[in-house]
Amino acid sequence: MLVGAVFFPLLGATIAGFFGRWIGDRAAQWVTVACMALAAACGMTAFVQVALGHAPATVEILTFLDVGGFEVSWALRYDTLSAVMVGMVTLISTLIHIYSVGYMHHDPTTPRFFAYLSLFTFMMLMLVTADNLVQLFFGWEGVGLASYLLIGYWYEKESACAAAMKAFIVNRVGDLFFMLGLALTFWVFGSVEFNAIFAAVEQHKDATFAGLPAYEVICVLLFLGACGKSAQLGLHTWLPDAMEGPTPVSALIHAATMVTAGVFLVARMSPVFEWAPGALALVTVVGASTALFAATIGCVQNDIKRIIAYSTCSQLGYMFFAAGVGAYQGAIFHLFTHAFFKALLFLGAGSVIHAMSEEQDIRKMGGIWRKIPVTYAVMWIGSLALAGVPYFAGYFSKDFVLEAAYAAHSGVGMYAFVCGLLAAFLTAFYSWRLIILTFHGAPRADAHTMEHVHESPAVMLVPLLVLAVGAVVTGVVFYPYFVGHDWQQFWNGAIVNAPHNHIMHAVHEVPSWVPLAPTVVGLSGIALAYLLYMAMPGVPAKLAATFGGVYRFLLNKWYFDELYDFLFVRPALRLARMLWQTADARIIDGVPNGAAAIASDVAQGAVRLQTGRVANYAFVMIAGLAVFVTLLAFGAAR
Amino acid sequence: MNAAGFPLLSLLTFLPLAGAVFILTLRGDEKVLAANARWAALWTSLVVFALSLILWFRFDKADHGFQFVERLDWLTDFGITYHMGVDGISVLFILLSTLLTPICILASWDSVQTRVREYMVAFLVLETMMVGMFAALDFIVFYVFFEGVLIPMFLIIGIWGGKRRVYASFKFFLYTLLGSVLMLLAILLLWYRAGTTDIPELMRHAIPPGLQTWIFLAFFASFAVKVPMWPFHTWLPDAHVEAPTAGSVILAGVLLKMGAYGFLRFSLPMLPHASADFAPFIYVLSIVAIVYTSLVALAQEDMKKLIAYSSVAHMGIVTLGIFTFSVQGLSGALFTMLSHGVVSGALFLCVGVLYDRVHSREIARYGGVAKIMPAYGLVFMLFTMASVALPGLAGFPGELLVIVAAWKVNAWVAFGAALGMILGAAYALYLYKRVAFGRITKDDLRGLLDMSPREHAVFAPLVLLAVWMGVYPQSFLSFFEASVTALVVRHEAALSAARLAGM
Repeated sequence: MLVGAVFFPLLGATIAGFFGRWIGDRAAQWVTVACMALAAACGMTAFVQVALGHAPATVEILTFLDVGGFEVSWALRYDTLSAVMVGMVTLISTLIHIYSVGYMHHDPTTPRFFAYLSLFTFMMLMLVTADNLVQLFFGWEGVGLASYLLIGYWYEKESACAAAMKAFIVNRVGDLFFMLGLALTFWVFGSVEFNAIFAAVEQHKDATFAGLPAYEVICVLLFLGACGKSAQLGLHTWLPDAMEGPTPVSALIHAATMVTAGVFLVARMSPVFEWAPGALALVTVVGASTALFAATIGCVQNDIKRIIAYSTCSQLGYMFFAAGVGAYQGAIFHLFTHAFFKALLFLGAGSVIHAMSEEQDIRKMGGIWRKIPVTYAVMWIGSLALAGVPYFAGYFSKDFVLEAAYAAHSGVGMYAFVCGLLAAFLTAFYSWRLIILTFHGAPRADAHTMEHVHESPAVMLVPLLVLAVGAVVTGVVFYPYFVGHDWQQFWNGAIVNAPHNHIMHAVHEVPSWVPLAPTVVGLSGIALAYLLYMAMPGVPAKLAATFGGVYRFLLNKWYFDELYDFLFVRPALRLARMLWQTADARIIDGVPNGAAAIASDVAQGAVRLQTGRVANYAFVMIAGLAVFVTLLAFGAAR
Repeated sequence: MNAAGFPLLSLLTFLPLAGAVFILTLRGDEKVLAANARWAALWTSLVVFALSLILWFRFDKADHGFQFVERLDWLTDFGITYHMGVDGISVLFILLSTLLTPICILASWDSVQTRVREYMVAFLVLETMMVGMFAALDFIVFYVFFEGVLIPMFLIIGIWGGKRRVYASFKFFLYTLLGSVLMLLAILLLWYRAGTTDIPELMRHAIPPGLQTWIFLAFFASFAVKVPMWPFHTWLPDAHVEAPTAGSVILAGVLLKMGAYGFLRFSLPMLPHASADFAPFIYVLSIVAIVYTSLVALAQEDMKKLIAYSSVAHMGIVTLGIFTFSVQGLSGALFTMLSHGVVSGALFLCVGVLYDRVHSREIARYGGVAKIMPAYGLVFMLFTMASVALPGLAGFPGELLVIVAAWKVNAWVAFGAALGMILGAAYALYLYKRVAFGRITKDDLRGLLDMSPREHAVFAPLVLLAVWMGVYPQSFLSFFEASVTALVVRHEAALSAARLAGM
């Protein structure tokens, strides 16, 4: 069962991928869905057994390599942390598979799509059940590959190919640091297996590397790796572009699962992070900055999927700063609830796009809520959960995260709290901007599109409704386990808080205004959005015109893409060309080619020497003799 | 006699030569002759491959010494014997050579139509030379095979190559020969001092550190060109571009490994001090190779040239790993050599598939190929990913081990090696994007046929290997372990002995 949860998706991917052409589209779809359903059944059983039943387990499969003490195995590690992830990933992935059956109905190569989706799920499951850093890296890169394939699914579109490449390469920048972190981990701990590492944490606490505490270096390197995958400030640029992929992909990869891998990594390595306060401070600051930064951009974007993408980026920031202040449990809790409501929002957006004949620009929507009531309702639920309105899932987790930041009583914690509050306000604002512009007001689409607006088929609506239930109840149901009364029993040592870290208790002792604050700013954000876009729809345009500089700065995403293009991409290409055409072709090749030219020149010179005149020969002979004798004389003298 | 009970290594070495002689005796009109030559060559190479599998099953992994040893008196007065044998370092390269040869013959089935008989003869002779080189345990025997490889390769590039084949083949030949001459001088010097050219005996022969430097430089001249290390690499892109597909496969798959093999077989065990002294220099060259050639690959407009440059970058990982002098580094280097043999060979075959159909290597000539050739798109993607060292495929374990080992030496060295991860992804995906993705804009591409059954047969073993090596690398690494550990132990002992002696 523990193995099945991970390997059923691989089976599905293999069948659909290699035999899809023979068994037909429909068979390929339903085979993958069936495999996913089986995996979800296994995954949820595993969750109940391992997390709720407190029975962690490890399944050894095969020795990967064993070279001079560097031992790595394929093994599935099931503790509460991985069980939570496995249960969540298999469930959401199954729903997304089902949804895709409807959404990708018109696509000519559906088996390929489903093979990629299942492959992705398999890789994600390998990542979360990894028993060592190398296997984690396997899943880590594997999801990178799958997302590359899925983002570039419509590979005839130039922009999709570019986005896919960008995603892979930016992720690779992070992976470089992950790899280095892995190398240092091995040299410090003598192993990359989690059990061995965690057992030796006390022992190597004072290890140093190049004069710095080794733990700090390891954690910073791993966190930089996490930044790539989880689209944190600086390495976030791939995520919005990744929206080129089909919408279910965005829901699966860019909301619920892959992007959370970085947060998962930090939580997984919590025993080491606990002893690296500097690295944790960095995590907090980067997370908090990302939360705010992405939210500011989200407020002015016009592509429905990109708004949600920036929102994801921002919510990941919350998770990171929660981990940064030591409340890893809170980070995972937010990750867990977020997976439900963000997948819901993405799939809801997909339903809107489906209804609007592939239109994604919210400026060209409006006035459609009566025509697609179910979609409208679930978008409301998703947004309410996202904004942290009381009793929806996001309320519990986001509140906890912000309280933890406050309760850290540190400079960076306070910075995170302030950024988080501001971001909460903006989150609520852009969520309702999205809802109002998409569904309300006068229709701005052309009449032809409007005629075709229709509710999605049941195969798409059912997953939406299931996710909507999740977005409502996961918070209240799981709060006691993840961060509430029973947290110690529930986590069962899968996440470690060092003895000096009391955050899990301190959270419950913050002043009474702190838990209220997120709700208040959230509601005021909603109110502002209502005011600006519903009551006075002329104002936003005027604001944009008045603050043109700020608006353009935000609309162009703080000019990160342009900056990177200027700093890295273009110089690299210029350098590449120069190295090739100048260094290689002229300088390095110039030597042998030049030598060849000289050789032939010398040969021609030698031909000229043969003049046939005895006097010349005699002269050369005498000169040679003179040199020879001189050398001999010197040699004898020594 | 040895574990096989008969002179297996000699059989593996000279059976292809016998096949070549047999093909030369064939007569008939041109078409029949070509067909017969193809089949004879294929069967010869398949039999050789089947025989070489004995090595896989009967090799004793726990033994770090030489196995399957054969020894015949040859020039006893000069201390030269015909001495063959394999250890953990060389055994898998024999298998790689015997595997790639039938694949190459199969890949050239239709694409070579002129002088087919001579082409097949050249390939079989090439196989003899390659196997002999990896099996030789006498320096002179080694040298004969090492240089002998050049002749068939020179002919393959020069006769069946592209437009600038003569320039490329001469450049290839002269470049590599120049280095080898210096190596010959070093061999003579060793022979003069030790009175023997027997490799195991030479390994036991201590050479004063001062002299080691000179011998190391002479070896370096030969091996660095063969690897090729930056800045001696420029012969490689030209040779690859002009060589026929199968020539490129052998060139990348086996010939590039000869330099690195030389470092492992001779420089490290015989010249421990010089190797340690020159290590920083090698690190620098390796990292320059990784970063520089990856960047150059990014700018290429010719598919084969791009893959050729990527080979230089991968060999940078190999040389870096060798000179870390650690078990991880050496094993990683050996594994990378093997995986690169499979992966880059397969990538050249991928180029060949398109070249056979369109007769162009220019990247801009393609686009959208994945749409009409889905099976090809999948295979090409698989090997592209293996080339960028995606975990789970062949390229990864070697790179992982080398980076881990490099970190121990110096974190910045590891960083430099890891930069190849980003740049490698950039050039490989950029190539894939331009060839396979996008909308088809050239009309003649629309009519392309997907891979034929013969092409499937060519790729199937390579796909299998690429996945196997990625998922279960231990089955390959276990071959190296004993020999590599012994090598590292001996290296450290030699260095510490010198330190004790008050150096």
